[in-house]
Amino acid sequence: MTDMTSAAPGAVMAPAEPAPPPVQVVPLLGLPFVAVALAGLVAAVGTNALWGLDFFHVVAGGLWTAIDLFVGFIVGPIIGRLPIPARAAFSSRFMPKMVLLMPTLVICTLVAGWQLARHEGNILVSSPHHGWVVASMVVVGVMAVIALGVLEPANLGVLFELKKPQPDGALIERLMRRFIYTAGITGIMQVATLVIMTRLAT
Amino acid sequence: MTAGLQESAPGSVAARRLPPISELLMASMACVIAGGIYLAAHLPQRAPLGLAAGLLAAGAALLVAAAVLVSLLRPFAWRIFFRVAGWALVAYAVIAGLLEFTFVYDHTRGSLLVVLTLSLLVFALDIPLLLGFSVARYQDPDSG
Repeated sequence: MTDMTSAAPGAVMAPAEPAPPPVQVVPLLGLPFVAVALAGLVAAVGTNALWGLDFFHVVAGGLWTAIDLFVGFIVGPIIGRLPIPARAAFSSRFMPKMVLLMPTLVICTLVAGWQLARHEGNILVSSPHHGWVVASMVVVGVMAVIALGVLEPANLGVLFELKKPQPDGALIERLMRRFIYTAGITGIMQVATLVIMTRLAT
Repeated sequence: MTAGLQESAPGSVAARRLPPISELLMASMACVIAGGIYLAAHLPQRAPLGLAAGLLAAGAALLVAAAVLVSLLRPFAWRIFFRVAGWALVAYAVIAGLLEFTFVYDHTRGSLLVVLTLSLLVFALDIPLLLGFSVARYQDPDSG
């Protein structure tokens, strides 16, 4: 809806800026889904259910990899070319979902993957797959430092800036650029994960 | 610039130079993660704990250094810092708890469990401090 303000005769009527959407940093409606996922993960670990562990590792890991690649190489470059107000509008809806989704996917992938590697013996030094498992841990470790140290703080920084009555456009642009670059780096590292995991599964 | 968004002015909170707190915390995280990978890579044999304990000590020292630097920041949006860090602490306590549950469930015991638990503790404190600082640094100190 466009709100037109009164103007002098002959002046061009400009549409007023739409009010910025309210930003909820953590979408509370998503918390029950996170709780269910984590309860399922604990049940799978506690019962040594191989199918459950496989399910959590493959589903969460697949989503983690796909989302990182999609955000890093498809969404990221598109956001980078949008004008700042459009980026802000996109971020205010997109980033809160990532705040809940990504840590949940990561913890489900890692815990289930560790248990699977233990059950199948891939973690053992004597296993022919041991080197690949260690390589995957190194890749995940590097991604964790980048994601938790740069990407997530940038994500939260943008969300809190958007909550201000007058957000700082230059700061949002700087933090978004940081988010997009680090999403690209983790996307590249996810290619390494794909190579390692397909090698392990072959 | 469109109405509703403004440019950061020189001297504003966004433009202020701060100590390398994020870098210290990232280095701390890297130390404990590297220690964890080193220990995991030796299973089922028990890895020599010296290197992992050294990495844990380095990670803890970097965490303490970062915490001291944060505590010295004046002015600073403390209310927002504690709000973000508090919720992040809850979230990462759950995550660290899940990992600890996995270690204990897998019969990890003794000094190996102590090193892994302390590494998890450092990791679970690094992230809330990092997120709280990263958000509060751009907030108006008067607002918090």
